[in-house]
Amino acid sequence: MGELLKVDKIKTEFQTDKGPVTSVDEVSFDLKEGETICLVGESGCGKSVTSLSIMHLLDRNGSVTEGSIRFEDKDLAHASEAKMRKIRGNDISMIFQEPMTSLNPVLTIGDQLTEGIRLHMNYSRADARSYAIEMLKKVGIPRAEGIIDEYPHKLSGGMRQRVMIAMALSCKPKLLIADEPTTALDVTIQAQILKLMKKLREESNTAIILITHDLGVVAEMADKVAVMYAGQVVEETDVYTLFDNPKHPYTLGLMKSIPHITNPDDMRLNSIPGSVPSARNMPKGCRFYDRCPHAMKRCLAEKPELKPIEDKQAHSIRCFLYEEEEKNYEKKHAEKQHAEKEVSS
Amino acid sequence: MLQYIIRRILIAIPVLFGVTILNFFIINLAPGNPVDMMVNPSATPEQLAATKHALGLDQPIWVQYWNWIVQLLHGNLGFSYSTREPVTQILMAHVGPTVLLMGVSLIVGYLIAIPLGIICARKQNSWIDYLVTGFSFFGISVPHFFLGLGVIYVFASKLLWFPTGSMNTLGGDGSFIDTFNHLVLPVLVLATGIGGNMVRYVRSSMLDVLGKDYLRTAKAKGLSQFLITNKHALRNSLIPIITVIGIDIPLLIGGAIVTEQVFQWPGLGLLTIQSITSRDYSTLMAINLLAACTVLFANLLTDILYAVADPRIRYD
Repeated sequence: MGELLKVDKIKTEFQTDKGPVTSVDEVSFDLKEGETICLVGESGCGKSVTSLSIMHLLDRNGSVTEGSIRFEDKDLAHASEAKMRKIRGNDISMIFQEPMTSLNPVLTIGDQLTEGIRLHMNYSRADARSYAIEMLKKVGIPRAEGIIDEYPHKLSGGMRQRVMIAMALSCKPKLLIADEPTTALDVTIQAQILKLMKKLREESNTAIILITHDLGVVAEMADKVAVMYAGQVVEETDVYTLFDNPKHPYTLGLMKSIPHITNPDDMRLNSIPGSVPSARNMPKGCRFYDRCPHAMKRCLAEKPELKPIEDKQAHSIRCFLYEEEEKNYEKKHAEKQHAEKEVSS
Repeated sequence: MLQYIIRRILIAIPVLFGVTILNFFIINLAPGNPVDMMVNPSATPEQLAATKHALGLDQPIWVQYWNWIVQLLHGNLGFSYSTREPVTQILMAHVGPTVLLMGVSLIVGYLIAIPLGIICARKQNSWIDYLVTGFSFFGISVPHFFLGLGVIYVFASKLLWFPTGSMNTLGGDGSFIDTFNHLVLPVLVLATGIGGNMVRYVRSSMLDVLGKDYLRTAKAKGLSQFLITNKHALRNSLIPIITVIGIDIPLLIGGAIVTEQVFQWPGLGLLTIQSITSRDYSTLMAINLLAACTVLFANLLTDILYAVADPRIRYD
C-alpha cells in the first residue's frame, strides 16, 4: 500500500475585514491507498475547512498559507486552478453534509451525474448515460432507468445522498472526502449509507477521509483517527488504540461524554466544562488549557507539538503530559536509525 | 399543462370584458368629445347635433358600449373619428414600427444587461460591479424624454451622426440601412432603461444563487467556472429574470409613448398621443384592447416559462 496523501502542518487562513483569521493551524495526517481516516472533533474545530483546503473549495477569502499537501506526487497546496480542475471529481471527489441542498434543483439526476463522467472519462452522451444508470444501481437506487430523468426534489434525503455517492465515485477516485455524509440523515438511513460506503470501499479500494463528530461512525468506519480541537490535530492513531488507550485529555473527555450501553439508567454523562476559544484570540500555549483537568503552568505559555509515542500502533499526541514518552520514543528511534546506519555502512 | 393553459385562456375572457368596460367608461368620462374636434368652428349647434346623432354619440353611454362590443365581436373595430379610416388598418400600420423598435430595444438591453449582471455578481464589490450598478442606477432614474432630448442634441444636432427622428428619411428609399440609422438613438434610450433595470435583477438573483451548496458540488466535480456560472447558477436565477421579461413584453405593444413622441417614431405610442388629442375614441379603445391582450398573454407566457425554468413549479 503506497502513500496517497500527506498533509503536513497546513495552515488555512481567511482574510476578513478585521484582518486574517486562522481557522486551521498545523494540521497533519497521512493516508495510504484504500485506507480510511476519520477527522473527529466538535463543530468549528476545522474539520470541514481542512477537507475544503485539500480540494481548493474554500470561499474566495480563504487559502492555505503554510504547510504542504502532497497527493501522489503532486503538491496540492500550490496547485493552479486548472490543475485542480483535473483532480477534482476525478482523483479526489467529495460528498457533502446536506443532501437536500447539494444537488442542483433544476437539472435532472442524469444531467448532474453524466457531467463529471463525460468530462473526466471522455464518454459519449449515450455511454455516459448507461454508465450513470449502472452507478445508480450500484448505490442501491431502485428503478435507476426512471430515476435518472427525475429532478432531485422527487427523491428523499437518503436517496439524494446515494446519488451524491454515485456521482462522487463515478470517475473511480483514489480519494473520497466525505464531510459528515450521514449527519443530516435519520439513523436507519445513516446505517444504510455507511454500509454502502463500506461496500464500495472494498470494491474499489478508494481511500476515504471521513469527517464526523459521531464516535459511533468512527468505530464503524475508520482505520485511523485524527482528533481535532480548535483547528489542530491533538491526537492521531489507529481506531483500536484510540478507543482502548486514548491519551490526550480532550480525547479522554470525549470518550467519557458518550453514553454507553452498560451505563446505569440514571447516570449523568460527563461533559467538558468551558467552551472552545475563538479563532480570533487563540491562546499562545495549549488551546485546551482552559478546559483541561490536568493543566499545568507551562501549558499556558508553551505550545505543545504533535509528537509520536511508543504504543502498539503509531500514536501521536499534542500534550506535555506525555513528554517523557515522546522523548523516549525519539531516543529509541534515533538509536535505531543509528544502528541501521552502522549496519548499512 | 395544456389544461392549465386552456383554463387560463378561459379566465382571460371575462378579464378582457372588464378591461373594455373600464376603458370605455373612463375614456367617455374625459372632457371633450370627438365631434368638437371634427367639425369646423363655425358649425351651428344643429349641425353638431346632427353629426353626433349620425355617429350615435347622442345615445346613452351603455348603449354606445353595447354597440361597440357587438361590432367588436363581429371583428369590426370601427372607424377612426379623425381620419375616417378603418381602425384595423391604422393599427396595422403602427404595430410594425413599434414591434421593431421595442423588439430591438429589448434584445439589445438584455444582451448587454444579462452578461453584465452575471459579471457583477461574480465580482461583487469590485470596481466593475460599482461601475455597472452606477450605470444601471442612471438608466433607471433618468427620464426617457430627458435622455432622448440629450442624445438628439449630442448625436443628431451637434455630431450629425444620426437623424433626429422618424423611421425613414422623407422621400428616401426606405432601405434597411436607412431604418437602422433611424433606430439607433431611440433604441439607445429605451435599452438604457430596460437594461438598467435588468442588470439589477440578474445581479441580485445570481448573488442569491452563487452561495448555494450545489454550486460547490458542481465545482467539486471539476467543472470549469464558465459551466458552473452559466449552466448551474444561471438556470437557478432565471425566475426573477423571466418575471422582468414578462413585465417588459407588454411594452412591445403598449409602446414607449414618450420615446416615440420624442423621436416622432410612427408607432403605437405616437398613435396613442394623437388619438388622445383628437378624441379619437375608437382608435384609443382598440389600442387599449390590444395592450390588455398583450399583458394577459405575457402573464400566461411568464407562468409557462416558470415551469420550464424550474421543474419544481407544476400547474396541475
